[in-house]
Amino acid sequence: MKNFFKYREIWLLAGIVLLIGLISTRFPGFANPANLRQVFNDTSILMILALGQMVVILTRSIDLSMASNLCFTGMVVAMLNAAHPAIPIPALIVIALLVGLVLGAINGLLVWRLNIPSIVVTLGTLTIYRGATFVVSGGAWVNADQMSSDFINFQRAAFLGLPVLSWIAIAVIALFFVVMTRTQIGRSIHAIGVNPTASVYAGIDVGRTKFIVFCISGMIGGLAGYLWISRYVIASVEVANGYELNIIAACVIGGISIAGGIGSVGGAVLGALFLGIISNALPVINISPFWQMAISGSAIILAVVLNARGERRQGRIILRKAEAA
Amino acid sequence: MDTTAQHKMETERPEPSGLSQPSAPRLTLSGISKSFPGVRALHNVSLSLYPGQVTALIGENGAGKSTLVKIMTGIYQPDAGEISIDGQATALPSAHAAFGHGITAIHQETVLFDDLSVAENIFLGHAPRTRFGIIDWRTMRKNAREVLETMRAGHIDADTRLKDLGIANKHLVAVARAMSIDARIVIMDEPTAALSMKEIEELFLLIEFLKSEGKAVLFISHKFDEIYRIADRYTVFRDGEMVGEGLLKDASQGQIVRMMVGRNVDHIFPQREPKIGAPVLSVAGLSHPTEFDDIGFELRKGEILGFYGLVGAGRSEVMQAIAGITRTSRGTISLEGQAIAPKSAADSIEAGIVYVPEERGKQGVVIGLPIFQNVSLPSLRRTSKSGVLRLAEEFSLARSYTERLDLRASSLSQDVGTLSGGNQQKVVIAKWLATAPKVIILDEPTKGIDIGSKAAVHGFMAELVAQGLSVIMVSSELPEILGMSDRVVVMREGRIAATYDNKGLDAETLVRTAAGIVA
Repeated sequence: MKNFFKYREIWLLAGIVLLIGLISTRFPGFANPANLRQVFNDTSILMILALGQMVVILTRSIDLSMASNLCFTGMVVAMLNAAHPAIPIPALIVIALLVGLVLGAINGLLVWRLNIPSIVVTLGTLTIYRGATFVVSGGAWVNADQMSSDFINFQRAAFLGLPVLSWIAIAVIALFFVVMTRTQIGRSIHAIGVNPTASVYAGIDVGRTKFIVFCISGMIGGLAGYLWISRYVIASVEVANGYELNIIAACVIGGISIAGGIGSVGGAVLGALFLGIISNALPVINISPFWQMAISGSAIILAVVLNARGERRQGRIILRKAEAA
Repeated sequence: MDTTAQHKMETERPEPSGLSQPSAPRLTLSGISKSFPGVRALHNVSLSLYPGQVTALIGENGAGKSTLVKIMTGIYQPDAGEISIDGQATALPSAHAAFGHGITAIHQETVLFDDLSVAENIFLGHAPRTRFGIIDWRTMRKNAREVLETMRAGHIDADTRLKDLGIANKHLVAVARAMSIDARIVIMDEPTAALSMKEIEELFLLIEFLKSEGKAVLFISHKFDEIYRIADRYTVFRDGEMVGEGLLKDASQGQIVRMMVGRNVDHIFPQREPKIGAPVLSVAGLSHPTEFDDIGFELRKGEILGFYGLVGAGRSEVMQAIAGITRTSRGTISLEGQAIAPKSAADSIEAGIVYVPEERGKQGVVIGLPIFQNVSLPSLRRTSKSGVLRLAEEFSLARSYTERLDLRASSLSQDVGTLSGGNQQKVVIAKWLATAPKVIILDEPTKGIDIGSKAAVHGFMAELVAQGLSVIMVSSELPEILGMSDRVVVMREGRIAATYDNKGLDAETLVRTAAGIVA
């Protein structure tokens, strides 16, 4: 199975290299390191969000409210910054994480305690959190001139040759990698996605684990809220509207099975990078946004087809055994 | 469909000596071979089904029975060999073609549609239509009722949703469907696996009915009493080859078992000298609002306590409560004199009680995870330090228990899904032993596995108790209960009906107690 995952990620990596190669034929500067660093930085927020979504999807759930959570939390920290510019940025980041955690915990509690399917819960909170943004802001925007320069420049500061935003993404990727491969909760997340019943018997609390993954995706949504607002320097009710679909698309392209249980940190990161490259490169080489959408859409379908083929391979092994049995 | 063709035909197969042939076979398979990459599933096998007769297909797991059923139902194509129906060579290139020839299979878990009505299930794909081409519901319901009545199953309402029926009634619907398409060959693949005694009796009546209607029936079962009860002929497979066939009245159980395993199975159950100590687990007054009431028993050190009862008597439910998976409303559980109140499976595992559930696939192994992760799954609290896994400890835990069980795998990082059923069972057992339990509850430990693997599981149970563990074995198989238990608790309708010492205990007593028949 491990080889199989590797196989799938290498496939995706090969696709990305091919894509970069193709773009380079039209836009020679694309593959140079400075530009690739730029693409990575531009994709950082999507990568972080895709990781948060990944842990949810692994448990056979989905979080549709991530973009709304991002919008709400972003608005809260932007308003705080506008009203109290003295609050240091690390404190604002902690606040963003906590606000996101609360929103995620609400999803998690509804899924855990009331046993409502997550798609229904988060479809509801998708609307509620965006509505709440309107309520706290009164529909007003927070513009760049209302934000402190620290607020805006924190993520842009260069550190060892990369912007802080890229370092945050790298730290989150590393953290998720450790959590998924080296901790009890990471193992539990995989196990309940593959076989919830066997997990119950093995002493894993499935409901509590689902609650935890929604807390994780909530915190990620909150963190991304600050990063997004300080990057695009505007907070409004419309921020990241519909972006939850890009997040899910990144996961699907990255080989994370919507049916749960299958997926890896590397896959989610590569899936996000793939989308990031498409949205960065195509405008530069004069491909219309409509083609961009078509290409992203085709990538999703292609990824699902390839993954389904992969799963069929696996199925064939089981079948062969069923024959012998 | 030409049902008169059978009178014109002649058998192409040389007749085995000593068989009386009441009529020509309806279906003949000859020289069938089928291989899958790395596995030779069937080699040059033959099988004949006769109208109005039940043929039992007997063989251990892995003998090739399921593959043959799939060839007969058009799901697989044989690599070599010939299929003839009523003497005419036929190809079954698809499930649809097999259906067209009147071949229908009723599986262990019936493949029907839970959310459709009984009538829709019976007529799905061949529903009567009005002249406008839309489904004629009135006729469909009427026909459904007629079919059910001819089967003496008039108690099933044609409008009920299938999911509201019990398994036995679902089987009736599956048979009704077979009747409605004028099926002439009915394959029953372990139809009794999930049925109670009474339901099995009803199924047998139904098979008698199919015989009287002149259907050719193939009956696949692991249970000899059922085979002798209902079948006329037998065909024995071993390792993908046909090793014997004939009339059941001419063959003893011992002869057939010898054919199946290719050797004499003298004593299937291990001889052991139980050393029974002080009570380990005491349960008193354990009750659940709907599933069981006032359950009390003691399990002693080094003892195998059998739990017998009809399916649905509440045995598994009691065990799940003891294992912390479901909650109880009243009662006490104490382990080595300490009262425990498990609120989750993790609590029970911590206390030293593990429950090995019945369905290996669904409740046991986690397919997609490597072997070592499966083994360590319930022990993660021990192999990790404040939430961080220690892979080296996991590996050594997995290695020590899988070695003890002689697991055959190339590496512990291999996906459990690639192991054979018997080896998967070993992974499940290793996983529970690795939690270092005091009490191990085995729910139907040998259900649906072959005789060789059964003996291994029984031997292993004997070893466990010899080492001072205590075992509760929930089983619906009388030989297993009588062969393995030191004492037997019999449950009936959620209550304990009796507890027996297994000394001179006979099967009849147990069955009577379980069924509530007063002697």
